[in-house]
Amino acid sequence: MDALKLHYDVDGEDFSAAGEASSNVKKVLRQLGFPQEAIRRTAICMYEGEINVVIHAGGGFADVTVEPERITIVLTDHGPGIPDVEKAMSEGWSTAPTKVRELGFGAGMGLPNMKRYSDEFRIDTTVGVGTTVTMTVNVTQGQ
Amino acid sequence: MKVNELAEGLSLECLYEGDGEREVEGCYCGDLLSWVMGRASAGDAWVTIMSNVNVAAVAALADVACVILAEGVEPDEALRGRFERLDCAVFRSGMAAYELAWRIHGLLEGRQE
Repeated sequence: MDALKLHYDVDGEDFSAAGEASSNVKKVLRQLGFPQEAIRRTAICMYEGEINVVIHAGGGFADVTVEPERITIVLTDHGPGIPDVEKAMSEGWSTAPTKVRELGFGAGMGLPNMKRYSDEFRIDTTVGVGTTVTMTVNVTQGQ
Repeated sequence: MKVNELAEGLSLECLYEGDGEREVEGCYCGDLLSWVMGRASAGDAWVTIMSNVNVAAVAALADVACVILAEGVEPDEALRGRFERLDCAVFRSGMAAYELAWRIHGLLEGRQE
């Protein structure tokens, strides 16, 4: 199978639409017959990423590359960047505004969840320029 | 224990039927959505008082067996509008999360006897 590439625009205005891209990826992976746990991990990583892009960056892009042995997710935004990545990675740390917290997000678990559910996780960020998060989920058959 | 059996055992109000034949493996209570995605296991019955549209996305992505809205909370219109795209069932109960979890534990333990 050649690598399948999927591209999504993540709308920064629409909070309730966050999850559309992850749901679509989930559906595609299901149709391709990927193991359930790989699908779940990919979907969670991607949804957390989408939510972050909506909350903090006013929108961005998601690119997903599907190969038989791995799924790679790249989230790109031109938001404010992350001044202190180490702090942002610690569980419970969040700069999300109150209205976002009222929706059930902003618990400071987004980046930790992405790291936890991916096999490779990388943040490239520059303050004032934007952030790119790259995650790889390895596919183990029989999961 | 299947979702439908759990719903019957707890006298839950069904808001959306979904897959009633799915096996319930455990239970998770939580309202912070990222926390739920990080900690809930696939196949859990998810008990929450959160009732906005993001509940549908989290339920689907975390692959829970069913959602139980506790304390009689009313799902908002946007969430109701998403039900039909869910695979899993959505229920409501007047019970608090603690009582639901306690009873679910009893039902799931009973299954093993």
